[in-house]
Amino acid sequence: MSELPKTADIVIIGGGVVGTAIAYELAKRGVKNIVVLEKSYLSSGSTGRCGAGVRQQWGLEMNCRLAKGSVDIFEGLSEELDYDIEFRQGGYLVLAHSDSQVAQFEKNITLQNSLDIPSRFVDKDEAKEICPPINTNAFIKATYCPTDGHANPFKTNFGYARAAEREGTKIYRYTEATGINVENGRVQAVRIGDDAISTPIVVNTAGPWSREVAAMAGIDIPTYSERHQILVTEPVERIFDTMVISFQIGIYLQQVPHGSFVMGIGEKEEPSHNIRASWQWLEFITKELLDILPILKELRIVRQWAGSYNRTPDAAPILGEHPEVAGFFNAVGFSGHGFMIAPMTAVCIAELITGGEPPVDISPLSADRYDKGELIVEPSVVG
Amino acid sequence: MQENETIICRCEDLTLAEIRDAIADGYTDFEELKRYLRVGMGPCGGRTCLPLIRRELALTHNVSVDEINLPASRPPIQVTTFGAVATGSERSSYE
Repeated sequence: MSELPKTADIVIIGGGVVGTAIAYELAKRGVKNIVVLEKSYLSSGSTGRCGAGVRQQWGLEMNCRLAKGSVDIFEGLSEELDYDIEFRQGGYLVLAHSDSQVAQFEKNITLQNSLDIPSRFVDKDEAKEICPPINTNAFIKATYCPTDGHANPFKTNFGYARAAEREGTKIYRYTEATGINVENGRVQAVRIGDDAISTPIVVNTAGPWSREVAAMAGIDIPTYSERHQILVTEPVERIFDTMVISFQIGIYLQQVPHGSFVMGIGEKEEPSHNIRASWQWLEFITKELLDILPILKELRIVRQWAGSYNRTPDAAPILGEHPEVAGFFNAVGFSGHGFMIAPMTAVCIAELITGGEPPVDISPLSADRYDKGELIVEPSVVG
Repeated sequence: MQENETIICRCEDLTLAEIRDAIADGYTDFEELKRYLRVGMGPCGGRTCLPLIRRELALTHNVSVDEINLPASRPPIQVTTFGAVATGSERSSYE
């Protein structure tokens, strides 16, 4: 570990994509002396374990705005960061299995279209044009948004990290924050074992460990981590470009630009930091997968892994300065969709910290909404 | 050694020169190097490439090979088709 600085203007705890994107957006706005602390390697948490999808088809206005804003940024991000993040817009096909689901999707589409998200209903025939091998008996109707897509989470994170470093940000790997000094309701310093970095601002971007990091500042936030499993297959010739998801089955799958298929399915899990893969899950996803895409029967599974969804009670993130501790900002609790909304989230947090106006009003995502009973439930979470 | 002709990662078709370039470009952490180049993420599960890259990283950091931790090994041990998994679970439910 190289020598730590004694002071910083901002310390960001967590070297996932949310942390590095915030560092970059702050540096871009002229903030100097930014420090990012990562207890392991970059992308070791939820970012490096995620499904890599980028979706705008949400049921909650806040998530639609953050996702649409992020897609607009993703479209120019390789150029902006001077780093190929492998962003591709192959669309998202969302399967509906019942009339009540179709009714919910009607509401979602009306909302999405009002925010310039070009989603629409497609019938079975059109779904088959978008995804030729799909089993049309497995759903009744679907929605499709052609500008949804995929980006490489590792490369997006590395790209943001390197761009931030070029602007002077210091990133410390294998360097774990162990405490936060708070006096008179204000952040004073971050401790790393026997060392300390004096700072007026701390940003909690610790992903699976968000609750533990908030607790260091004496704050209790209602986030918890939950294991979600995922797998990747051998690469094969391109079969289709779209991501296919079903909220009812809880499955998502896509063929990434590399040619392999990446897919996951949600299971009932207790809150924990367990991220081990299980063979029972492999049997579970195989059954559901082959019902939707029987053609994949001969495809070989190469690798299985797991990561954490850091969840909140309403599946919407906690963003902004904590009302109890001045200088302590949260960008946590993304509930399984942090990667895809990271670009716009970072812009909003950077604007808040530098006294500007966030392009999306994130004030309803404040941590005290749970105390006030102002939950804003997202109905469309998958995996 | 012919750096440009020596294949280190057969799954992703990566040469020794490409591995060394990535290390020289700052991807000196094994876990990050893996995610940058996809080495060890192919059908072989890293059995061929990871020990070779470990030696390169030991040379870079000027430490013994033992001090470079290998990335996590992940299931399945051998590549398996979905069809084989499906048949296996049918059998187990009859037993």
